[in-house]
Amino acid sequence: MIELLYWDGCPSYPEARALLEQVLADLGRNDEISLREVKTQDEAGRLRFPGSPTIRIDGLDIDPEGASARPALTCRIYHLPDGRVSPVPSREQMEAALR
Amino acid sequence: MSIALGSEAPFFELPGVDGYDHSLDEYADAKLLVLVQSCNHCPYVQAWEGRLIAIAGDEAYMGVRVVAVNSNDVGNYPEDSFEEMKKRAAKQGFSFDYLFDESQELARTLGAERTPEVFLFDEERKLRYHGAIDDSRDTTAVTRNYLQDAIDALLAGGTPDPAETPAVGCTVKWKH
Repeated sequence: MIELLYWDGCPSYPEARALLEQVLADLGRNDEISLREVKTQDEAGRLRFPGSPTIRIDGLDIDPEGASARPALTCRIYHLPDGRVSPVPSREQMEAALR
Repeated sequence: MSIALGSEAPFFELPGVDGYDHSLDEYADAKLLVLVQSCNHCPYVQAWEGRLIAIAGDEAYMGVRVVAVNSNDVGNYPEDSFEEMKKRAAKQGFSFDYLFDESQELARTLGAERTPEVFLFDEERKLRYHGAIDDSRDTTAVTRNYLQDAIDALLAGGTPDPAETPAVGCTVKWKH
């Protein structure tokens, strides 16, 4: 199961969703992406939501390093392979988690 | 809703990470003043941070002052506390003043909505450009350097074009 958890206050989730769909297509997979909006800080705590977007595959965060950050309604920080900061995970992270 | 083009820069007097208070009057001799709504925790801010440092450093000799302002609610976003601001400025080597707007009054007066969000004022402190630093958070995909072009236009006696662009980034974290 592929889950994409997002907070509407951060503009990055449509880009993350589009990239995830592209990666799935490139891998020849037709999994459905389950979208879940996180609306409150309480909900963020209950869902262990470290920021938007958060992508989990069979319950496992595709970026384990960032998964343990304090639950919050915030934009999540990812790091690209070259070290740059990004508000969306890299294609490489997604591919590695899906393989 | 942000202030309109042509509006005067609002007065402020805020503590900076350098240990001093900084007011609008202090920048009176700057040809141009760039106020940037900013913060620590936002990945968009961090993605653009290097470019802002470069612009502030490169343009200082032309009399352009860049001032970043963090107005976020530190109760819910402790990564944006004044202490954390000091640490980030030191670690990243900020070439600009970084001020803490704890009351959120400056952000409210500017009508800031995002971080980062740029307000460029001319020598008379009228707003001449408002919006994004450039057209992509990805340094490799930038095609338009909005802020740099606006600075160059004003320094040459012209008018920024575009004068407004959508700021892309995190929301300002208001206190509730």
